Amino acid sequence: MKPTRRWSPGRILAWSFLAVFLLATIFPFYWMIRTAITPAADLYHDSSSLLPQQPTLINFTRVLGLTTEAEARAAGGSGARLDFGRYLLNSVIYCGLIAGVQTLLCSMAGYAFARLRFPGRDLTFTLLVSALMVPPIFTLLPNFILVKQLGWINTMAGMVAPTILMTPFAVFFLRQFFLSLPRDVEEAATLDGVGPWGMFWRVAMPMSRGPLITIGLTTTVWAWKDFLWPLLVGRGEEHRLVTVALGVFLQQSPNTQPDWTGLMAASTLSVLPVLLLLVFLGKRLVQSLSFTGGK
Amino acid sequence: MGQLRQRDDRRVAWWFVAPVLVGFAIFYAYPAARGIWYSLTDYTMLGTPSFVGAQNYSDLISDRQFWSSMLVTAYYVLLNVGSQTLLALAVAALMHRLTSSVVLRATLLLPWLVPNVTIGLLWMWLLDTNLGLVNHLLRAVGLDTVGFFTDATWAMPAIAGINTWAYTGYTALLLYAGMLQIPQHLYESAAIDGAGELRIFAKITLPLLRPVLALVLVVTLIGSFQIFDTVAVTTKGGPVSATRVIYYFIYQQAFSYFHMGYAAAAAVFLALVLGVFTFVQLRLLRASSSDLA
Repeated sequence: MKPTRRWSPGRILAWSFLAVFLLATIFPFYWMIRTAITPAADLYHDSSSLLPQQPTLINFTRVLGLTTEAEARAAGGSGARLDFGRYLLNSVIYCGLIAGVQTLLCSMAGYAFARLRFPGRDLTFTLLVSALMVPPIFTLLPNFILVKQLGWINTMAGMVAPTILMTPFAVFFLRQFFLSLPRDVEEAATLDGVGPWGMFWRVAMPMSRGPLITIGLTTTVWAWKDFLWPLLVGRGEEHRLVTVALGVFLQQSPNTQPDWTGLMAASTLSVLPVLLLLVFLGKRLVQSLSFTGGK
Repeated sequence: MGQLRQRDDRRVAWWFVAPVLVGFAIFYAYPAARGIWYSLTDYTMLGTPSFVGAQNYSDLISDRQFWSSMLVTAYYVLLNVGSQTLLALAVAALMHRLTSSVVLRATLLLPWLVPNVTIGLLWMWLLDTNLGLVNHLLRAVGLDTVGFFTDATWAMPAIAGINTWAYTGYTALLLYAGMLQIPQHLYESAAIDGAGELRIFAKITLPLLRPVLALVLVVTLIGSFQIFDTVAVTTKGGPVSATRVIYYFIYQQAFSYFHMGYAAAAAVFLALVLGVFTFVQLRLLRASSSDLA
């Protein structure tokens, strides 16, 4: 990007700072994996060497529920049933549902607010965006009571309910993008007899792949990180998400010390899917940040 | 022709916005109204709420735990926003002048992708009093072991540090994206004038970044006020009440003591505080997204 410059002390200092920052960012993840492949007993006499003396996969198999209770107990577990495979699947379903449906519905609304003319449009939009002003904690308590009254505690419906239909930010963001679409493409399509639905599906959506992926990805990441709401609504084993399961796992320690090797194995599993997302969509993900600016 | 199209729009448009409007009505507008109503009642989630007027609010004002939570939150916000913004600004400025590597940017984004619960656990392990790596290193250089989550002095800085670690890269990328919008020719002419890097940062980067910086600062501030996950995993508000932030206070009132009305009143209070910042954010967002077109 820049013309080549000679290595000055300042430049070396600058690069060193970046390198240290990068190392500090990555090292804890390395330590997480390192602990995950360490036998529990080794933690007491080998807690600081960079590599484990006897690497093992037992911590992964036991948090995935693939070992017997006795084996898990012998490896430092509490013997409580753990099934991170299932929790991972629950999290994937949760994220997929929210990201997929929400992106579709919000883009429909965003399109209408940007491109269609109907009475009350601006008022409705202002009303929707005003929801941005309401902090989540404010709607959390009444929403919990509502979901409870609907009998949706410990159901996927209850878990996705408040977010699946819309996120004000997504509507706001997508409308902003649809506003910028060139008029003449639309006019040409109108002459070809394309109606509003066709215009949305066959013209506007294909032209908006970038922003749609941005919103979809961001929504997926936030949903993956969700904790408090799934903790309240999906505490039960059947619909428990990875984040909630991690919290529960922490409580079930057999000794005075938490089951660190097991916890780190489970933590590694919770990072794996988003890591894959980063590896395969890293460029997209990084670029999307410059789009969303704030969220 | 034009007439025909407009009639078409009108009929179809409501179908486009209907699902989102239903979502807004059921899960935003209705709960907001209900939240205000609950804040005026005594409600344990069993039976029906009984109206108590402004009782919850006057209790709140004289509740020392509530004020300590607000104070603890303010302390956290100050620590976290300060360190995160300064560090991110430095990282972004260096990247801007040194490299546009996507690998570097992806690595910076990594902690942001990870659930706060995982991050909390990870650092609980790194900072563990007996077996944690950090205390091991402290002992190795002859220092005393620190109970990061059990010592009231250290607990909040530890949590602020964890979240700074988790979100600085993300913030840096937002600021970096803002820096990329600054016209390149300004830097070129500054280089011709022989201006030093610090001078370039102070005279070009910082002033032109101000709108983006303001937005990022406000967003970080709003986010920091709502810290919960990390506290829930690591300290549960303790030791004593050293890390009982306002979100955790509300959570406890609602789901440990079942004081729904009281919790709702505290949530109204927090919403008012956050509303001020959110209003500013919305203004900044509108201003910055108008360049999007």
